[in-house]
Amino acid sequence: MKFTLSWLKHHLDTDASVDLITETLTDLGLEVEGVENPAAKLADFTIGYVESAEKHPDADKLRVCQVQTRDGLTQIICGAHNARAGITVVIASPGTYVPGIDTTIGVGKIRGIESYGMMCSEREMELSDEHDGIIELPSGEVGQSFTDWLAAHQPDKVDPVIEIAITPNRPDALGVRGIARDLAARGLGTLKLVTVDPVPASFTADLNVTIADDTRDGCPVFCGRLIRGVKNGPSPAWLQTQLRAIGLRPISFLVDVTNWFTYDLNRPLHVFDADKVQGNIRVHRAKGGETIVALDDKTYTLQPGQIAISDDQGVESIAGIMGGAATGCTEDTVNVFVESAYWDPIQIAYTGRALKINSDARYRFERGIDPAFTPEGLEHAVRMIVDHAGGEASELIITGEVPDTSRAYRLDAQRVISLVGMDIPESTQRQTLTALGFHLEGDMAHVPSWRPDVQGEADLVEEVARIASLTKLQGKPMPRMQAGVPKPILTQGQQRQQAARRTMAALGYNECVTYSFVDQQAAALFGGGDDATKLENPISSELSHMRPNLLPALLRAAARNQARGFMDMALFEVGAGFHGGEPGEQHNLITGILIGKTASKEVHGTSRAVDLYDAKADAESVLAAIGAPAKVQILRGAADWWHPGRHGKICLGPKKVLAVFGELHPKVLREMDIKGPAVGFTIWPDEVPVPKSKTTTRPALVATDLQAVERDFAFVVDADVEALTLVNAAMGADKALISDVRVFDQFIGGNLGEGKKSLAVTVRLQPTTATLKDADIEAVSAKIVDKVTKATGGTLRG
Amino acid sequence: MDDLKAKYLSLIAAAGDEAQIEDLRIAALGKKGEISAAMRELGKMTPEERQTAGPALNALKDEINSALAAKKAALGDAALDARLRGEWLDVTLPSRPRRQGTIHPISQVTEEVTAIFADMGFAVAEGPQIDTDWYNFDALNIPGHHPARAEMDTFYMHRAQGDNRPPHVLRTHTSPVQIRHMEKFGAPCRIIAPGRVYRADYDQTHTPMFNQVEGLAIDKDISMANLKWVLEEFFAAFFEVDGIKTRFRASHFPFTEPSAEVDIQCSWVDGQLKIGEGDGWLEVLGSGMVHPHVLQSAGVDPAQWQGFAFGMGIDRIAMLKYGIPDLRAFFDSDLRWLRHYGFASLDVPTLHGGLSR
Repeated sequence: MKFTLSWLKHHLDTDASVDLITETLTDLGLEVEGVENPAAKLADFTIGYVESAEKHPDADKLRVCQVQTRDGLTQIICGAHNARAGITVVIASPGTYVPGIDTTIGVGKIRGIESYGMMCSEREMELSDEHDGIIELPSGEVGQSFTDWLAAHQPDKVDPVIEIAITPNRPDALGVRGIARDLAARGLGTLKLVTVDPVPASFTADLNVTIADDTRDGCPVFCGRLIRGVKNGPSPAWLQTQLRAIGLRPISFLVDVTNWFTYDLNRPLHVFDADKVQGNIRVHRAKGGETIVALDDKTYTLQPGQIAISDDQGVESIAGIMGGAATGCTEDTVNVFVESAYWDPIQIAYTGRALKINSDARYRFERGIDPAFTPEGLEHAVRMIVDHAGGEASELIITGEVPDTSRAYRLDAQRVISLVGMDIPESTQRQTLTALGFHLEGDMAHVPSWRPDVQGEADLVEEVARIASLTKLQGKPMPRMQAGVPKPILTQGQQRQQAARRTMAALGYNECVTYSFVDQQAAALFGGGDDATKLENPISSELSHMRPNLLPALLRAAARNQARGFMDMALFEVGAGFHGGEPGEQHNLITGILIGKTASKEVHGTSRAVDLYDAKADAESVLAAIGAPAKVQILRGAADWWHPGRHGKICLGPKKVLAVFGELHPKVLREMDIKGPAVGFTIWPDEVPVPKSKTTTRPALVATDLQAVERDFAFVVDADVEALTLVNAAMGADKALISDVRVFDQFIGGNLGEGKKSLAVTVRLQPTTATLKDADIEAVSAKIVDKVTKATGGTLRG
Repeated sequence: MDDLKAKYLSLIAAAGDEAQIEDLRIAALGKKGEISAAMRELGKMTPEERQTAGPALNALKDEINSALAAKKAALGDAALDARLRGEWLDVTLPSRPRRQGTIHPISQVTEEVTAIFADMGFAVAEGPQIDTDWYNFDALNIPGHHPARAEMDTFYMHRAQGDNRPPHVLRTHTSPVQIRHMEKFGAPCRIIAPGRVYRADYDQTHTPMFNQVEGLAIDKDISMANLKWVLEEFFAAFFEVDGIKTRFRASHFPFTEPSAEVDIQCSWVDGQLKIGEGDGWLEVLGSGMVHPHVLQSAGVDPAQWQGFAFGMGIDRIAMLKYGIPDLRAFFDSDLRWLRHYGFASLDVPTLHGGLSR
C-alpha cells in the first residue's frame, strides 16, 4: 500500500515529520517498506541569482557567470543557452551530489577559467525529463534551500511517497483514511472529518438491478447510480499526480475516480458505460462455462458458483474482482453507471484464486471492506464525478441490505495488563478503542464496521497493545518452572542423533543437509518414488518426491562434488526418510557414504581405495556411540540398491535390523552418475533397544594377574564360509577360558585349490584360577580345532 | 706403578672402539694382565711392603676400571650420535593424512539454540514434516479462505483418486508442533521445536526447504513482557553480545494475538553486518501471545492458561552469527562450503564452556 504525505494530510491534521510518521507506522504494525523522499536527495541545492553572464573567451557556447549564492558572489561557467543575467537559478555548490548526472560537483577549470559550482536543469535533479536549459525560478531568495522553495510552490515535486506492508487482518489500512485513523489514535494528529454532500437525484434510472436468491450470501447489498451527460477525459492534474505518485497510471477521469477511492477510502467501485449495458443488471452465480473478456483484455471462463454481474447480453463483470472490457468506460463515455457493492470475502478469495486474477479490488474485498460504507462510498464518487465531469445523477438504486456486522466484546482491562505485561490504565485502553472507532458501552466494546478482523476479546488486547506501542514494552524475567539445576531435556532419540553426528564428524565425515525431496528417478532407485510420497505442486521435477532414505540425495551431492573435481569424500546426513504420505510415516536415519580413496595420493603410501570394511568400521563406531549392543549378527539380504555379495545387515535377530553397510550396486551408481565404486551404511537409530538398566554404576573390573596366552590356528575352509561362523565356533570351545578370537589373515586360492581359502585366527586364553600348563593349552586347542572343523567343514592347515 | 698407570690411561684415552677397550682391559686386568701380575707379586712382599703396595695397586685397579668404563660409555655415545646423525628425516614432509569431518551449521546452531533454551527450562519437541492441513492451518486459526494460506506457498501432497480428504501438506512452519504437544501433554508447558519446514519458493533468499525453531510457553500468567525477556536473554547468549537490544513491532499472525515482529540491534559498516551494536534494526522473528482459538484447538482452556509462542529461522540466525552469505548453499553439500563453514566434532556448544570458540 502506497500513499504520499500530502494524501495522508488530506485525512490527518498533523505537523509530524516524515521520519516520525514512518517510525510510528512501523511500530503500529503498518510496517514501512520504503520511503521515497524526493527532498532528501535535493537537500543541498540552494537558490542563486545571476548578476552577469559574459561569453567565455575560449568557447562560444560557454558563459562565465557571476552568481549571487549562499556563499556570496561566485563565478560559475555554464553552457546552457538560457544562462543570462537577471534570472533566479538553482545552484549545486562544490561538494553537492547531483543525482541526474551521478556526479559530486567540485571546483574546476573549464577552458582555463575557474568554476565554483553548477546551475542545474530539472533533469539533472531528477525532478522531470526537462533539460531545455537551466531552471529559471519565478521567485526565490538567494541562499534559500531549493527544497523549501519547492515545498512552498510545487509541493507535489517533494511529496514523500510511503509504502507500507499490510498484514491480512488490516483491510481498513488499505485506505489512506484507515492509516490516518491509526496515527491519530497514537496521538500523531487529528483525524479530519470527511463528509459527502450527495448529489441530488434528477431522474429515476430506467435500470433494474436484481440479486439472485442463491447469491444473497455472496452479495448482500448492491448500490448504483446512473449519471447522464458526463464529459469524460483526462483527470485534473492533482488526481493524476496522486495516482502517478503511488505507481498507478491515470486512464480517464471516470476510471481514475474509482482507483482514487479504492486507495483513499478503501472503497473499490466499478463504472459501466451505461450505453453499452443492454437491458437490466443481474447479480448471479455462474452456471459454469460463461466467458468474459475482462479489463486486462484476457478471457476468463467462469466456474459454477462464481459470482457474475450480467446484463441481457451476458456476463459483463467478474463481481468484486474485475470488470469486463465490453462495458468499460472510455473517453467517449457520456452515460455512466457507478457500482458500489459488498462482496463476501471468502467468495472473492476462492474466485480470485481459481481465476488467478490479482486486482486491487480482489485484494481488498477478500480481506474485507467496510460493508456499512457501501452506499456512502458511492455518494463520494458520484459527487466527485458530477463536480468535475458534469452530468445529472439518478435516484440511488439499492438492492439487498447492508449486512449487520454489529458485535461487541468485553474489554477486561486487567486481562489486557496480564497478557501484555504492560501497565496500561483502563482509561487509556478505553480512549484507544474509541479513537479507533470502537463504541464503548460499559465494558462492552462495539466493533466498527470497517474492522472485520476483530472477532473476540483477544483482538481488543491487540488493538490496545499496538497503540500503546510494543516498542515500549520492557522485558520481565520468566523464572524456570522448577528452581535449581535444570534437568536434561533431550529425548533418547535426540541424544542418539546428536551423538551420531559428533561421532561421524570425528570419523572424518562432512555433514550434509539435503532437501527432503528428490527426483522421481532417484527416489525409485531407492525404494521410493510412488504416488503416496509425490508432491502435488513441486517447484521442479528435480524435487518431486519425498526421499525414501538419505542415499539418493547424498549420492547426488557426491556426483556434484565429483563434477567439481573432488573425487575422494566422506559425506553423511542425519534426518528423516519417508515411507508414506501420511503424518508420521517418516523414520530417522543416519547415513554415511565413502567414495574414492582414503586420502589423495600421498608420500607415505597410506592412500588406498575405500572398501566396505571402512563402512563397516564406521557403522560399528556410530552404533557403539548410540548405545547399541556389541554382540550382533551380520546377515545378508538387504535391499537391492546394495551390491548383492558385498553388504551386510547388522542385526539383533533376523527381524531387528540396526544397520546396513556395504558397497552400493554398480548399476545404481551409474544411474546416479557416480564415478567409481562407493561404499556406505545406513543406521536406524530408533531400532537400537533402550538399555534395560538405568543405573550409572558399572560392573566391577575383573583383571586377573595370571598370564594370558595366545595361540594361532589356520583353517582351510570353503571360500563361502564366513569368518564369523569360524570365530563363533572357536569362541564356543571354552567360554570360560577363551577371552577373544581374532581373524588375522585370509588367503584365497593359490595352492589351496579352487574354491578354498585359509583363515587364520589368534585365540587368546585368559586363565582366572591358575597359570595355564602345556597340557591345558593342548586340551583347549584340540577342542577349538574340533569345534571349528564341525562348524565349517574345514580342516586345520598343516 | 706410576708408569703402569700412565701407560694404561693414555692407551685407554687413545682407544678408538669397544674392542680396543676390551683388549686393554685384558692386558691390564685380565688373568694374565699386567696389573693382575703385579697383584700376584704382593704375596712375595714383606708385610710392610704389602701395606703400602696393596692399597696402591687396588687404587690403580679401580682407576683403570673406571677409565675403561668411562671410555666405553663415551665411545657408545659417540657411536649413537654417529648413527642418529645418519637417521635424519625430512620433517617438512606432510603428516599422514587424516580426514577432517565437520558438523553442518544447521546442526551446530540447533544445538546452540537448544542449550540456551534448555537452561531456561524448555524441552525439545518434535512433530511430523508431512502434516494434515488441520494441524498446519485450521488448528492455528488459519481457515481455508484466509489470505495467509495463499501467501504461505504451501506444498501439497498428492491425493489418490477417490481419497477426498483435503491433501496433506509439507508443514509450512514448526507451529503444528505446538498443537500436537499441547494435545498430548496439556498445560503448563515450555518447549522449543526445531526442524525442517517447506515453502514453494526459490530465489536468492528463499529455498523450498529451510529450518525453523518454534518456541511455546504456556502457564497461568505468562505475558508478552516475559516473551521479550526470554528473547533478549536468548539473543544475548546466542550472539554472545551482552545487552543486545531488541525491538518489538506490532504485527499480525493468525495464531497469536497480540502479535509482534522482533528486530535486533545491528549496524552496517562497509557492507559488514554487525549484530548487537549500532542503531539499525534487523527483523529476526515473529512472535506473540498464543491466540485463544489455538489453545482451544489443542484442548487447553484459554480462560485458565495463557502464554507466548515464537518462530525463528535457524538458517537465518546461523547466517547472521557466522557470516554465511547464501542460504541456497546450505543445501548444496559443496565440500568446500561444508569444510569452510562446518564445525569440528568436538565443538559441542555448552553454556559453561561457551557456544562458540
